[in-house]
Amino acid sequence: MLLAETLAPAFSWNPVADLREMWAYPFMVNAFRAGAVVAVVAPAVGWFMVLRRQTFAGHTLSVVAFPGAALATLLGISTTLGYLGACLTAALVIAALRERGRSGGAEESAATATVQAFALACGFLFVTLYKGLLGGPQALLFGTFLGITTGQVGLLAAVGAVVLALLAVIGRPLLFASIDGDVAAARGVPVRLLGAGFLLLLGAATAEAGQITGSLLVFALLVMPAATAQVLTARPVLGLVLAVAFGLGACWLGLIAAFYQPYPLGFFVTTFAFAGFLLAHLGRALAGALGRAAPRTGVPA
Amino acid sequence: MTTAPIDHATVTEPPAPVPAPVLELRGAAVRTGGRTLWSDVDLTVGAGEFTAVLGPNGVGKSTLVKTLLGAVPSAAGTIRVPARTDVGYLPQRRSFDAAVRIRGIDVVRLGLDGHRWGLPIPGVHRARRRAERRRVDEVIESVGATGYAHRPIGRCSGGEQQRLLLAQALVTRPRLLLLDEPLDSLDLPNQSAIAALLGRICREDGVAVVMVAHDVNPILHHLDRVVYLAQGRAVAGPPAEVITSETLTRLYGAPVEVLRTADGRLVVVGVPEDCRSCGPCC
Repeated sequence: MLLAETLAPAFSWNPVADLREMWAYPFMVNAFRAGAVVAVVAPAVGWFMVLRRQTFAGHTLSVVAFPGAALATLLGISTTLGYLGACLTAALVIAALRERGRSGGAEESAATATVQAFALACGFLFVTLYKGLLGGPQALLFGTFLGITTGQVGLLAAVGAVVLALLAVIGRPLLFASIDGDVAAARGVPVRLLGAGFLLLLGAATAEAGQITGSLLVFALLVMPAATAQVLTARPVLGLVLAVAFGLGACWLGLIAAFYQPYPLGFFVTTFAFAGFLLAHLGRALAGALGRAAPRTGVPA
Repeated sequence: MTTAPIDHATVTEPPAPVPAPVLELRGAAVRTGGRTLWSDVDLTVGAGEFTAVLGPNGVGKSTLVKTLLGAVPSAAGTIRVPARTDVGYLPQRRSFDAAVRIRGIDVVRLGLDGHRWGLPIPGVHRARRRAERRRVDEVIESVGATGYAHRPIGRCSGGEQQRLLLAQALVTRPRLLLLDEPLDSLDLPNQSAIAALLGRICREDGVAVVMVAHDVNPILHHLDRVVYLAQGRAVAGPPAEVITSETLTRLYGAPVEVLRTADGRLVVVGVPEDCRSCGPCC
């Protein structure tokens, strides 16, 4: 898992040489490809999740990814399928629970938490049953870029394309339903159906992000880029574009750092995303301070 | 041959066609959970008329608005309301907290195209999109929200948010505007400013306004008609006829007194115990 111990590549500060060195390894090429897919899909879906305040549902879906991947390893099938199967199933369960309770209510969050705890317990059981390689649950929880096959990249890309296409179709009504549910419903927008549909998209995006960051750190790509973008702009389209750009940046920088440093990938992706978030806040605070300091001329009170 | 001179003065002009009312309720009733919330409600609202729905809490004022929206079916009588696209709706107090990072102008824009599926393809429908942008700017201007429409709506004050939401409801040029306690939680100057704005929209643009109100006083001199709901019944008519001691006593079936203060405000006293939980309603 800690690549640097065996290969000991050295960072040369020459980007072309460094990229050439990394991309000489097929698994790194796959990791970059998978990272690109995930870093576009997760921040775009995450932008809506942050706006809808469904981070708890997102967190539960990500925790559910863990037993899914553990079960897939136990059964000897692709972990990507395990992530996807578990997350989509959990999204359906949460959507069904929402149908009964009022969305956003206490009942919903309690039910979601119940699902989460049970999923985590199952994941631990599966990992214990497996007793195999992968160094225990660490890789599933905190991410790895090793062992992403070309087939998995293809599956990630296909699922990602479907998620993005669906998001493009429902995006505007979803935005309307997210900020203004009552009025949207009065205008004929199927608010409840969109809510359930969005949970499925969130499940798919979480499963994809879990592939890179591990299931405990999916927020590095799901929440942080979106939250950073929302610090910087209140424009929906610009916000989405910025979120994707920040996601890509954090993911690829994380991959490069993890290739050259003997520390886990999830740590680096999260750290870069967190740094971006702090910088955005700092930038806004500075802009605010400068705006206050600058003399206001020509603006009548 | 003589022709009888036509006396123009006596020719009776055909009566000016009475414009069809924007909305009409005849003997409407709503049942929820096996219980009749209210019944026998008659209401006619024409273009450019301002109607308030009054009554104690829990009597079904919001439900009346939802019935007019078509979201709650009427159990009896007939209801004629404009098509959904001709109705602007402002639900009961929504406020955006400071964390909501969406600009006011985007919220208004969603009122125009938020129900459309898919993304606008660059270069297609350019004329329509330009017209829509102009319409959004125009309606924001008309409610006086231009100064803060580009700020995140969570950063706007309650009165500013209410103006932006009003712009959102008006952006499709509705014939009927349904408002559910839009003045709630606003301070007094903002209450009278929004009330005056609603009165202007109603008169100048000919929009029929139906507004649920907790307190009739801020809108009293803009009103053409009130519907007073109480004890599962309703009285409709001009405010001067409905908000009187006699009418309300009959409606409540208990002695109720309407007092007029020196500054013209109406105060209803003696509302029966089971209706009083919310304090003075009128």
